[in-house]
Amino acid sequence: MLSTVIPIAYALVSLAFLMSFWRLLRGPDAPDRILALDTLYVNTIALLVLLGIHLGSAIYFEAALLIAMMGFVGTIALCKYLLRGDIIE
Amino acid sequence: MIDILLSLLILTGAIFTFIGSLGLARLQDFYTRLHGPTKATTLGVGCLLIASALYFSVREEGVSLHEVLVTLFLFITAPVSAHLLGKAALHLKVKSLAPTPAQDADAPSDPA
Repeated sequence: MLSTVIPIAYALVSLAFLMSFWRLLRGPDAPDRILALDTLYVNTIALLVLLGIHLGSAIYFEAALLIAMMGFVGTIALCKYLLRGDIIE
Repeated sequence: MIDILLSLLILTGAIFTFIGSLGLARLQDFYTRLHGPTKATTLGVGCLLIASALYFSVREEGVSLHEVLVTLFLFITAPVSAHLLGKAALHLKVKSLAPTPAQDADAPSDPA
């Protein structure tokens, strides 16, 4: 059961990746691009979790946790830059 | 039994992640596009993380709590980043299909 579901999930998450990347390249404004970047990192966490289940290894969570933290900080920094024109005042 | 539950959770999570990105790619203006990734994708990743927690709790001794940490972090940070993105978009006056609060506030002050 799991061996048939996991490839389907990989395919769906990879398609999600491609669509977010398309928005990152095309996005008419800067906030669109930041939103696409935010979505890309959340998709990366999904892919890492799937990889962890597939390979039966718990190592991937450390990477997922790091990506979650760094992605959040990156999004906030970029938004602050758009709002203020400066990150640290 | 646990296999079926795991498969269901993984499939639901993947489908919601997909729908979130579909919304990001297909919707018309920035403010509607903001909905897809911040809600659907967060729910999808939440489902996947619960599936993973269940899988490692069944497979190994003891309860696996790493995933709960990631889930909690994502569920706290997603609304914060969405709020800041919306604020940045309003600040930059990004084009919207419906009138935004900032445009409403600007409209009466223009003639005066």
